[in-house]
Amino acid sequence: MRALRFARTPTGAIGLGILALILLVALAGPLFAPHSPTKSIGIPGTGPSADAVLGTDFLGRDVFSRLLWGGRSVLGLAGLATVIAYLAGGIVGLVAGYARNVLDGLLMRFVDVLLAFPPLLVLLVVIAGAGTSLPVLVVSVALVQFPGIARLVRSLTLEASGRGYVEAAVIRGESTAAILRREIIPSIAGPLSADLGLRMTFSILLIAGANFLSLGLQPPAADWALMIAENRDFLELNPWAVAVPAALIAALTIGLSFTGDAIARMLGRSDVKGLR
Amino acid sequence: MSDAPAIRVEGLRIERADGVAIVDGVSFAVAPGEVLGIVGESGSGKTTTALALLGHAGRGLRIAAGTVEAGGQRVTGDRALRGRVISYVPQDPGSALDPTLRVGSALEHMLRAHRPERLTPAAIAAALEGASLPADATFRRRYPHQLSGGQQQRCAIAVALVCEPPVMILDEPTTGLDVVTQARILDEIDRLRRERGVAMVYVSHDLGVVARIADRVAVMYAGRIVEEGPTAAVLQRPRHAYTRGLVASIPDHGAPRRLRGMAGVGAAPGESPDGCAFVPRCPLAVPACSASVPPLAEVEPGRRSACLRAAEVPAPDVAEARAIAPTGGASLLVVDDLVARHGATTVVHGISFAIGRGECVALVGESGSGKTTTARAIAGLHEPAAGRITLDGDDLAGRARRRTPAQRRRIQIVFQNPTDALHPRQRVIDQVARPARVLRGLDGRAARAEATRLMELVRLSDRLYERFPRELSGGERQRVGIARALAAGPDLVICDEITSALDVSVQASVLELLVELQGALDVALLLITHDLGVVASVADRVLVLEAGQIREEGRVDKVLEMPEHPYTRRLLDAAPSLSAAVAGSG
Repeated sequence: MRALRFARTPTGAIGLGILALILLVALAGPLFAPHSPTKSIGIPGTGPSADAVLGTDFLGRDVFSRLLWGGRSVLGLAGLATVIAYLAGGIVGLVAGYARNVLDGLLMRFVDVLLAFPPLLVLLVVIAGAGTSLPVLVVSVALVQFPGIARLVRSLTLEASGRGYVEAAVIRGESTAAILRREIIPSIAGPLSADLGLRMTFSILLIAGANFLSLGLQPPAADWALMIAENRDFLELNPWAVAVPAALIAALTIGLSFTGDAIARMLGRSDVKGLR
Repeated sequence: MSDAPAIRVEGLRIERADGVAIVDGVSFAVAPGEVLGIVGESGSGKTTTALALLGHAGRGLRIAAGTVEAGGQRVTGDRALRGRVISYVPQDPGSALDPTLRVGSALEHMLRAHRPERLTPAAIAAALEGASLPADATFRRRYPHQLSGGQQQRCAIAVALVCEPPVMILDEPTTGLDVVTQARILDEIDRLRRERGVAMVYVSHDLGVVARIADRVAVMYAGRIVEEGPTAAVLQRPRHAYTRGLVASIPDHGAPRRLRGMAGVGAAPGESPDGCAFVPRCPLAVPACSASVPPLAEVEPGRRSACLRAAEVPAPDVAEARAIAPTGGASLLVVDDLVARHGATTVVHGISFAIGRGECVALVGESGSGKTTTARAIAGLHEPAAGRITLDGDDLAGRARRRTPAQRRRIQIVFQNPTDALHPRQRVIDQVARPARVLRGLDGRAARAEATRLMELVRLSDRLYERFPRELSGGERQRVGIARALAAGPDLVICDEITSALDVSVQASVLELLVELQGALDVALLLITHDLGVVASVADRVLVLEAGQIREEGRVDKVLEMPEHPYTRRLLDAAPSLSAAVAGSG
């Protein structure tokens, strides 16, 4: 498949490999967990043993089982937040970029205001106001991501709508919806797919950060970021309980950036000049 | 001028990393005060050759064999000779001049690097005056972005000139400039070689420009010189089939005639390693041509050709006159007092004209004259600020969306840039079928059948129908663009500089096709162009646009032969013309 050509480059192959591995752990992991992720199986903070291959955490729960369970939340929440942000940002960007009139100015000023706030501040303010819950976390991460996506989609749309094939459709009198769907979206989808990887990385970091600060998932849920937070005071007792989830989050973001990079490079610099 | 050559090239071969030769077996010599023109279409290796004369191979390339001697010294990769013995004037001065250096500093840098002993204000002033630029302090303090395109190019020439090298390499120095500025730069270059005896290698794709400036011309094809000799002789009586095709492809406002395009597309490097690369497009080819690469051999004193059938190449039939349709039929489209603005700037100042049924009208002007804006207003892509456009007496709305479906069907446009004109992710056949579906109400199957018929009509090979645009050459893409416009069944097709991005041999075949279709389908054409040669070869009537106003209008032969408005005369004088150049030098 042409769309998967990027996987033939070293960066793309490594990135895709890491991603596949982590997805496998996160999705299929719970099926192979030897213990319950929330029940204590022994003395807290012991090192690796035959029964608990990565030892136990600060409450005596099996670290390995918690790891196998703990990937779903990060991936699911970050994925959901990114999708919501893309839907909202995509629509605003398409409308603003294609309209090129007062509407464009209004929408973009609104987006600029949002861009002015530091991401973590938005997260803290929204959560402080609306309370700690998963929907609030997802929406606030989407809110952080939305303005950047809207700007990118707008600039790509603006560029595409000056091209001959779009103007030919205008001359044919096709409806705006048909022009956006048939002409513009397919031609900007490539650069956006490269951007998607980078956004997802950032969403994961935000979600993990919020969980670490216990602004998202609450104990006793199994979650990689939460595991780091819970076990960091007992580092000298069982370092695996912190190191392995941290390594998994790092690997996940590295895999995503590699993949995004490889896609961006495949599309050529000209196609992705709107990307950071 | 028979003393030792200022630059001599022997057996130059430049290879890609995979060993394929981009340039091979290139040898020539240029005497002091002589201009050698190197002509070729895109991919012929002419720019690669020009850079190699400075001892530089482009990225991913290496000079595999051959020697370059300039001013009695061997040119190698090091920079010692650059600027001092041999200098370079690049194609695009806007990006070649350092944007952070003032004009004066750029010249100082050049001197400091290559001739520190000559670093005096007088030397800098002399270089600026040599390029006909003001030498005063105010001008020297300007940055490149504060100069016009013509001034930037003169500035690049001054930089090349400041160390007084005996050899200058000019790589398409006038491409992208308007014809009037181009003519001035060419005069400048001519003066420099006469006054200073600089030997020049002038690289260009434009045979008309080369005919005007060069004493001798070398024609390159697929990395080799295929013919070389005195300019006038080569153009009048080519001794290589490719040169003949090239000459026949060039639209010439001095001698309007039917254009003859060449079949096929330019050969890629390494495509025919064992024979003449031109064989697939050559009407004269015999089996021996594919057996071995024909050597560049002397065919008559002072002339070399790499054609086995050099003696049999017929002269280009420049005498074949073209028919000009009578004007003054019923009007199809009437533009009345059209005013168009871009923001606060008015670019079209109340112009009026009419286009008759089946007529071919050319709208000529330099960049910024408002010709494209006029075309877009007619197509419904640019809302006019004032004025009326009527089609068969009915008012047309400013925006295509507010026109009736029938009106939209009747006016179609072919765009300038064939790469941008087609959707990168849709198959060619679907893009041609779409207008037939939307505007003529054909169902999917009938629309595809119609698309197939039209693509045959524009002579696209049937193996291309299901391809994506990136798999097509520029000429093929432009044919798809024409087929897409015709699929609507239009009465008027607007062609906005449709050949300006194409090589001349491809341009000729696209224009040839256009003329043929116009006759067969009885559509009117509005041709937007800056090229008077194109106008002469295709149009029935011409409108000359300057600064948003029509300066002159009339039958094409009348306007080109006896221009009345001074602006038209200036355009005509400035435009390069093969026949004029040949007549002038012969």
